[in-house]
Amino acid sequence: MSPQLDRIGLVFVVLLAAAAIVVPVLSLATAANSPFNIPPYLVQLFGKYLCYAILAVALDLVWGYCGILSLGHGAFFALGGYAMGMYLMRQIGTRGVYANPILPDFMVFLNWKALPVAWWGFNWFPYAMLMIVLVPGLLALAFGWFAFRSRVTGVYLSIITQAMTFALFKEFFRNDFGFGGNNGLTDFKDLVGFSLQSASTKAALFSASAIALILAYFVARAIIGSKYGKALVAVRDAESRMRFLGYRVENYKLFAFVVSAVMAGVAGALYVPQVGIINPSEFAPANSIEAAIWVAVGGRATLVGAAIGAIAVNFAKTWFTGAFPEYWLYGLGGLFVLVTLFLPRGLLGLLLRPQRETAPTPEAPALAIEEGADP
Amino acid sequence: MEPSPNEARLPSAVRQSALAFALVVLTLFGGLAFSGAARADGLDDTLALFLTDKFPDTQKAINQLAADAPPQAAAILDALGDNRLLIDPADHIVAYRTADGSVVDAKTGAPVANAGTFKKVRVNNALRVAVEGATGSLTLANPDPERRLAAAVDVFKTRDAKALPALKSQLAKESDPHVADALRLAVAAIVATSDSATSADRLSAIDTLKARGDQDAQSLIDSLDQRATDPAVKAAAASALSTIHTHLMSWGAAQDLWYGLSASSVLLLAAIGLAITFGVMGVINMAHGEMVMLGAYATYFVQLVLPPSLQSWSLAFAIPLAFVVAAIVGVLIERLIIRYLYSRPLETLLATWGVSLILQQAVRSIFGANNRQVSNPPFMSGALHVGGLEITTNRLWIIVLAIVVFVGLQLVLRATRFGLQMRAVTQNRRMAAAMGISTARIDMLAFALGSGVAGIAGVALSQIDNVSPNLGQGYIIDSFMVVVFGGVGNLWGTALGAMMIGVANKILEPVIGAVQGQIVLLIIIILFIQKRPRGMFALKGRAVEA
Repeated sequence: MSPQLDRIGLVFVVLLAAAAIVVPVLSLATAANSPFNIPPYLVQLFGKYLCYAILAVALDLVWGYCGILSLGHGAFFALGGYAMGMYLMRQIGTRGVYANPILPDFMVFLNWKALPVAWWGFNWFPYAMLMIVLVPGLLALAFGWFAFRSRVTGVYLSIITQAMTFALFKEFFRNDFGFGGNNGLTDFKDLVGFSLQSASTKAALFSASAIALILAYFVARAIIGSKYGKALVAVRDAESRMRFLGYRVENYKLFAFVVSAVMAGVAGALYVPQVGIINPSEFAPANSIEAAIWVAVGGRATLVGAAIGAIAVNFAKTWFTGAFPEYWLYGLGGLFVLVTLFLPRGLLGLLLRPQRETAPTPEAPALAIEEGADP
Repeated sequence: MEPSPNEARLPSAVRQSALAFALVVLTLFGGLAFSGAARADGLDDTLALFLTDKFPDTQKAINQLAADAPPQAAAILDALGDNRLLIDPADHIVAYRTADGSVVDAKTGAPVANAGTFKKVRVNNALRVAVEGATGSLTLANPDPERRLAAAVDVFKTRDAKALPALKSQLAKESDPHVADALRLAVAAIVATSDSATSADRLSAIDTLKARGDQDAQSLIDSLDQRATDPAVKAAAASALSTIHTHLMSWGAAQDLWYGLSASSVLLLAAIGLAITFGVMGVINMAHGEMVMLGAYATYFVQLVLPPSLQSWSLAFAIPLAFVVAAIVGVLIERLIIRYLYSRPLETLLATWGVSLILQQAVRSIFGANNRQVSNPPFMSGALHVGGLEITTNRLWIIVLAIVVFVGLQLVLRATRFGLQMRAVTQNRRMAAAMGISTARIDMLAFALGSGVAGIAGVALSQIDNVSPNLGQGYIIDSFMVVVFGGVGNLWGTALGAMMIGVANKILEPVIGAVQGQIVLLIIIILFIQKRPRGMFALKGRAVEA
């Protein structure tokens, strides 16, 4: 990471930290008619963008710095979301339509008698937290172990990750799978005792998302700044050479992939209470690819750029789908084409002066980069 | 002159033809004339029963007509059912009014004078039912084997126990083996669903049903088994059931295999174009599925604009149009986007995904978001039955199309200069360029070819599925799996890959469910890549490093 990029990152973190304090204050402490008031729905909307930003940072860690274009990161995001959704479902208790103290409504509706094993323990918040981290992490570990060990790279890996999320997408659609079928999980009431409807909970979730984004940035930054991170970049630029030098390339990739998946899971867990629903469409391959374009728009291998890209694209999406719902897909499709053709280094690349370190493509490594990478 | 099949709608035609038939029979087969005369005496007695115009007597008359089956019986019963049967008790005349309003004698068919004094024979609901039953058994005795067969099949479906005597009497004198089979089946069906059948009857019914060996037979034996108490019958039923079960299972497996082949052919059509572009350029065109979609819409467009007289030839227009449209769009994508991203395959993925979104939305804007239906041309509708197999004609033709496209592409690759150059670029791009091949031109043409073939896949898909803007989306992952499985740069690999994935999918589907089947397949492919990272038919030599 260049010092220049670090400075931008610092500014971004300070802004985020400020937002984490100021937004709740403006939302809660000002009168509803005050010009400074931020209505709860906007707080919620921006909280949602921040969750997307965390996902983008997670994706940038593997794509920007490790050359793994995962088109299945939406799956990790959704799995974290489902874990949180299961906790929220069990918090509903007797307030559900069928007032069953144990079984969520959809299970009563499907005439199930007992809680499936997968749902055990989710009434306990720490267990749910553990699962939010463990489930995406373990899936990434198993998937990555197989994929990286067999040296599946490039477009092969991208399509296989897409197939993974596609398979989960279909599986979660089934009622028998036990996670609410195509309706998913919804009608949440409260989170550790705080009503999800209240403005203060929404403000708190916004702050939590901002803090999580800051943490995700620092974790990714620390990984990249370490010796391990340098090796990771070297793997991206010259995988075979690193292997010949004696590095266990697959382990480097696997570590980054798992950390990234966990981050995505946490993002999903923060996302669900803010939008109030999680359903199989979160697994749709299109979502994962969209996340890749956020990173590309902001700038690959910049971390900050990825977060900015996620916020900017989603803001545009909200505005666009409201103003010209017919044309959003043209806009999004055009963005994919134009950014890859004309802005290979993203928006942040426009700001940064060209330098030796900026990401070359892994497939056409420049000699200078390979020599520059410190083993 | 044959009796009309539309008995219910055209009673007069039936009546007249029945009469005509009787005349023909009487004149042609002189030997029968005697028995015809003998019956006629019986007929007089029967007709006399109508004259009393009492329900029990009418009932008796109906039964006798059904049992004796004189040639006039059908017309008389028909008239009775329609309230057209007239009597003159004073003169002992039974007659009926024909469709043209004239009144004819029931026995001779000769016109009757002063019909004004005649009165109608009264009919109640019970009698109408009896008339229907009698008409049914009369058709069982119809001289035309086709009619007898249809009647027997009818009884098999309705399981009308009242028809049993008629069935048995007809079975005893039946000469046509097909009709005899159908009659036996009908008897078996009645016996199977009857509570009072004898053990011997039941055993022979089991035999007959076992020979038939389909789902109907299975459920019939099942119901017979529940009614029977005789251990011998029970044992026979159990053994017959297991035989039928095995029989059905093997046909079921064959049917699954057929579905698998059919799915494979669609998969092959969709994947083979991708195999070409991915093989030559090493980039995945995520808009490949949209080429399929464009092909399907081209078919829909042809159906819209073609005059009705040419509709049955629609595919002759649709296939070239789909190829050309998809090829042009493919070339545009290659020239405007992919060519600038050659060293960056991952970004090609994203850019072409963007193109796919634009194409989907464009089609949605032009044709609307609703599903469109493309009708099959006549030669592609319907189904063939081979044993227990049902083979739908449209799927059969799609398999043919897949084979034709495959062979055609092989010819292009093996026998043309362009194919040679394309294979050279696939194997070693830089060496090919050094040998003077214009790789940019080959890329463009390969892209046109691959996209065009995807368009043809769209024509095939439109014949078995609805046409919608996101039709192609589901195919990109499957197609890529096929290419990965089969290996790059070899169409045989693609064909084998498509076949294995398509068939495996359909075989796994009934065992573990459709979704789990796909997941298992995905895991198998990931494990397979462990063993053979370059697919089943990998290019050998330096190409591996490219």
